[in-house]
Amino acid sequence: MQLEELKRKSIENRKKVLQYIYHAKAGHTGGSLSILDILNVLYNDVMNVSPENFDSNDRDRFIQSKGHSVEALYVVLADKGFFPEEDLLTMCQYNSPYIGHPTKSIPGIEQNTGGLGHGLPISSGAALAAKKDNSAVKVFTVLGDGEMAEGSNWEAMMFAAHYKLDNLCAILDYNKLQITAPNADVMGLEPIDQKIEAFGWAVKHVDGHNLEELSKTFNSLPLVEGKPTFIIAHTTKGKGISYMENVLKWHHGVPSKEQYDLAMEELDLQLQELETVLK
Amino acid sequence: MEETKTAAAANLEVFSEVLQNLAATDKDIMVVTSDSRGSGKLVPFGQKYPEQIVEVGIAEQNLVGVAAGLASMGKKAFAVSPACFLTARALEQIKNDVAYSDNSVKLIGISAGVSYGALGTTHHSLHDYAVLRAINNISILAPADNFETAEAIKAAAQMTSPVYIRFGKKGMPENLQQNPDPSDFKIGKGRIIQEGSDLIFIATGEAVLPCVEAAKLLEQEQQISCKIISLHTIKPLDTELLLAAAATGKPIITVEEHSVNGGLGEAVASLLFQKGCTNKFQIVGLPDDHTVSGSQIEIFNHYGISGEGLKNTALNLFQL
Repeated sequence: MQLEELKRKSIENRKKVLQYIYHAKAGHTGGSLSILDILNVLYNDVMNVSPENFDSNDRDRFIQSKGHSVEALYVVLADKGFFPEEDLLTMCQYNSPYIGHPTKSIPGIEQNTGGLGHGLPISSGAALAAKKDNSAVKVFTVLGDGEMAEGSNWEAMMFAAHYKLDNLCAILDYNKLQITAPNADVMGLEPIDQKIEAFGWAVKHVDGHNLEELSKTFNSLPLVEGKPTFIIAHTTKGKGISYMENVLKWHHGVPSKEQYDLAMEELDLQLQELETVLK
Repeated sequence: MEETKTAAAANLEVFSEVLQNLAATDKDIMVVTSDSRGSGKLVPFGQKYPEQIVEVGIAEQNLVGVAAGLASMGKKAFAVSPACFLTARALEQIKNDVAYSDNSVKLIGISAGVSYGALGTTHHSLHDYAVLRAINNISILAPADNFETAEAIKAAAQMTSPVYIRFGKKGMPENLQQNPDPSDFKIGKGRIIQEGSDLIFIATGEAVLPCVEAAKLLEQEQQISCKIISLHTIKPLDTELLLAAAATGKPIITVEEHSVNGGLGEAVASLLFQKGCTNKFQIVGLPDDHTVSGSQIEIFNHYGISGEGLKNTALNLFQL
């Protein structure tokens, strides 16, 4: 997909994330805005997955370990045509399948997630199965920075390196804030790159909102033959909305009417700026 | 109960053999172990099918997560680990990645119950039926003899929904039925080990054998005729068979190598009470207490999970 088109999608999908969270009066706003660009690039420019091939075992797999940022995934999947976007008006309502975490009952979603520290072990198993089948399937997973404290992630880190799963790419949504406080105050991760390298992975830092850099990186995997890839995507929680960026309360804050209107204005302005540049 | 009486192979050995037979013609069979290849009797499997065994190291959460990932790609993943660790350490993975996500992992809890004997409570699994019964979309099995073990493993390989199977490591009879019927196994259906008219034993796993011994004593010493049901599937419960047995009005004793809380006995009691049954009823299992130390047999004897113990339980029940 053209870079300009990806950029437009990023802004439009941010609007949709806010729209459906505002409508549902629930959602993980900050984290969804944080991972949105990563998902946009994966689904629109990297992974071999679409509604048409979703029944095929040859499709690439995406497993969202930080399940709570499901709104971003819903919007990207709807945009991709997996289900009608208006279904999202039922999000988090009684008897709706669109609950606050990913489930396989939604077309396009691979695994039920929500408990933290689960995505990487499952992704590692899926990547191993692909290796056993000599298949070209790639497996991607997005991890939250807070969930790096889960021991199961580190069990899987050892495993994926041991089995040389270079068809596996874990992406850390490193916005550096978790529900209580900055990671550094809750449970420090640093030096995260050295830790993961020491576990036998190939590690790269990227700007998690630079679509071009994300695309180039994801399209040139593995970084090192025979090693799983760990992308440390430096992101901004609440990205795109000035008053939400890096502000803790937007972890699962829902905007008021005024705040919602202001956010939409900001995003519309970003769209206009993009159009001007393109002209 | 004597250690070696009527002992054939351990159910564990039968499991390993059946799995090798299955793997010979099915490349999708994958065994996942947590440094449990030796204790799971899977060394020959690993030698024969090195591409179909995956070692995860001592990491049970990852064991179940990886198995779920393998299953999601179409593999028939058998996650093999001591029952104590598998169903406690990795319980959230079982709940979320297997049962909730409907990944058809076959969870094999080895050296279950008090099989580890004097190694103590860290290595005992007396909670597994209880915790797994409260999770939807997973079948729970405890085979009583070699026959049930082989059939359970063959059936599990074909299942498309999650299943947990547990067994011990001690030699068990090849088939507890006096006149074995090789077609008499179906997941979710209890198996009648012997017919009887005065008392009903309902037991599961390696607790069925002591019922057979108790039945002999009761017959010989008291002319009491016992029916024995091996309820190898604890979930889903064979309600039809249980209600038919209870309809005789005879006293019922349930026996399990599990805490008396939340296991087979309470599952059966819940069914019968809600259906209005008023049979005399006794649950035999491990009490809600620190478990005595000793071998599996010594622990069984201590808590009355033995021919003599169950005979006395039966006689007491008749007195009520």
